[in-house]
Amino acid sequence: MINRECGNYKRTYQSDMAIFPVPLQRYTIIAIVLIFYLIFPLLANEYLLNLAGLIAIACLGAVGLNILTGFTGQISIGHAAFMMVGAYTAAILNTRYGVGFVLCLPAAGIMSALVGSFFGTPSLRIKGLYLAISTLAAQFILEWIVNHWKWVSGGAFSSIITKKPEIFGWIPAAALMEAESMMRYKYYIIVILLGMGVVFALNLFRSSVGRAFIAIRDNDVSAEIIGINIFRYKLTAFAISSFYAGVAGALYCFWYEVANYESFTIIISIDYLAMVIIGGLGSVLGAIFGAIFIGLLPIVLDIVGTWVGDTFFGGVNTEIIANFQVVTFGAMIIFFLIVEPEGLNKLWKNIKDYFRVWPFSY
Amino acid sequence: MRKTKYFWMGILVIALVMTLGPGGTALAEEKKTIMIGCQTDYDRLITIGPVVAQGIKDYMAYWKKTVGTINGYPVEMMECNHGYDVNRALECYQRHKMAGIVSLSTYGTPHTYAITPKILADKIPAITPGFGRADAMDGKSFPYIFPAAATYWSQATASIKYIQEVEGKENLKGVKIAYLYYDNPAGKEPMGVFEKLKKRFGFEFRTFGVPSPGVEMGAQVTDITRRYKANWVIAHLFGRSPSVSLAELYRKGFPLDHYLGFVWGVCETDVAAAGEDLSKGMLGIQYTGLGHDYDVSRGIKKMYEEEGKEMHKYWTTTGYYNRGIYWAAVQVEAVRLAMELHGPPITGEKVKDGYEHIKDFTMGGLLPPFIFTPEDHEGGGWVRIYQWDGKQFGLKKDWYNAYREVIMEELAEVTKATEKKE
Repeated sequence: MINRECGNYKRTYQSDMAIFPVPLQRYTIIAIVLIFYLIFPLLANEYLLNLAGLIAIACLGAVGLNILTGFTGQISIGHAAFMMVGAYTAAILNTRYGVGFVLCLPAAGIMSALVGSFFGTPSLRIKGLYLAISTLAAQFILEWIVNHWKWVSGGAFSSIITKKPEIFGWIPAAALMEAESMMRYKYYIIVILLGMGVVFALNLFRSSVGRAFIAIRDNDVSAEIIGINIFRYKLTAFAISSFYAGVAGALYCFWYEVANYESFTIIISIDYLAMVIIGGLGSVLGAIFGAIFIGLLPIVLDIVGTWVGDTFFGGVNTEIIANFQVVTFGAMIIFFLIVEPEGLNKLWKNIKDYFRVWPFSY
Repeated sequence: MRKTKYFWMGILVIALVMTLGPGGTALAEEKKTIMIGCQTDYDRLITIGPVVAQGIKDYMAYWKKTVGTINGYPVEMMECNHGYDVNRALECYQRHKMAGIVSLSTYGTPHTYAITPKILADKIPAITPGFGRADAMDGKSFPYIFPAAATYWSQATASIKYIQEVEGKENLKGVKIAYLYYDNPAGKEPMGVFEKLKKRFGFEFRTFGVPSPGVEMGAQVTDITRRYKANWVIAHLFGRSPSVSLAELYRKGFPLDHYLGFVWGVCETDVAAAGEDLSKGMLGIQYTGLGHDYDVSRGIKKMYEEEGKEMHKYWTTTGYYNRGIYWAAVQVEAVRLAMELHGPPITGEKVKDGYEHIKDFTMGGLLPPFIFTPEDHEGGGWVRIYQWDGKQFGLKKDWYNAYREVIMEELAEVTKATEKKE
């Protein structure tokens, strides 16, 4: 949050290299963790848990896409398709082969990583918009495969109903009794995985692999000249990003307890791209901001719009509110990008910088 | 000066966070009102979603004015626009659940799939008229889902039955039927039924998939008319694509009185988009009646006149508007029966029982003679066939259903396959 760096001396290299070098920052993180891991799930009702769970899944997916698009500079419009691969892998393993939920997640991630790196191979020869088109093709090819390959889709309905997510056969007894506890249990699984994903992503960019990614993004020719194996690192970026997508897709499928390919269409891919762009390319926090923004804004607009309509205009036509929402949604995105082209993360940084010296700005 | 901007940004962030808190919790209603819910879409399929929603709203207003309460309990319809987005459909469902609804009408196939496990767990009966999964007609495996209108399976058998009648023979040997469908799970759903009927009646059958978004079908239509030389086209399209198919087939000289459309592509807006003269002769399957010649329609018209308002612009699209009336009316009827059978307080379980006792509920010809039972949640799979004469739809064949045994066979197969997998 607000970082007061005064009197913050470092005595070892290690303390200087810490993820959160400033004490106040550490306390803030601890507070956020406490809120979202302990206080929020206990206080929230089913409605809020549902909202938070879905947004947390989107956060995980967006962090994954940001590794590819934000840090390595490879545009992907096939992210939802890689999520779909994860979702169907998990659903098929879970229902047909009796694999437990805990093993389904890494399996979904690995399968997705394999598919992702396969569709990432064109990135070795093409970049920028050309790569965007080739990942767009991945989206359509994967959708087509799931739609038409009966073994994958599970028949004409193209949807597979999964079992409840259990941890080596264990589900909290309360979760089986009551929908709200079930949601709380699933929420815990998701935020724990999200925490792991975020920490991994933060650390990734303090390692040589992460630095190689950034070098490729900044200039791939010079990266190659200084000895970075572009082939290897581009595919690694695709694999890591798709792994995130696969895990997120599997979580999504277990959240709904059904894998349905129509939840992973091209529009969702574009949504994810929008999340990382609005949140801020090349920052882990930005991806989270973006996911929250895209996930929450339509709902906030719906609630606010209905409330304004009911209170001030005596119940406005739902159709007008619906159209108003769409227009506002677009306008808000443009507004935020004009105010800060580098995304919500930069905006947040600016707010922090402002309060850092406030009220004595001189 | 520039820096104060960020101060206001900070305030804005806090304000945004705060709005969600009260918004999320201030949705509970007073206890006495019975809540029913409907999910709608105003964003994606704008030729269908808003029209159906208007039908629902108008019927509820009319019902409140003429009937008002069930045993003294007012009934309120809570609408939630999900914008054809799966996540928002689940969010809507949670909002509905928090408001304590006892019955729900869903909208859209992927959304219905996504909330089906929740509906079954929460025991809130939901109707999925004309979409969702056809095997949900089996009340034993899906106790709280009611397709409540002819599924695609029933539409398939009904269309073959109609072709038999026109051809004047039961054995359709030598008749070529083309199935032009939107290439998604819903489009593929009736194929099993068609295959069974093909074995039985010996017609030739070929499928022609139209990939999303379904506005480009020159190749398929050329295939149908020139290479395959189909005698009949059965079209299962929705949104913008039905009008494209009509225009393309017309251009290739296909006689449109041999074009039979499934329920989501055969209403006034679809023929208007293709051209009213052009579409002359096309046939469409309907699960509610078209036009305004029903007591309920006259009642709604009178209500508008008394209030001195003009009829809503969607009033003329009776295909979808009348469906909206039906979606609302069947829910109210189920709640009424639940009250009659079990008395207050009304719960989802009681309303489910209410649905299963619906019969003789035709609303003066708007609806078929449905009979819902604990096994059959489809109500019999009744359809009507209408023909477009250039100005309006004329009734071609009154309520009928066909080859239920084929549908039951398909249902048994699908249920078995699903069970084996799970």
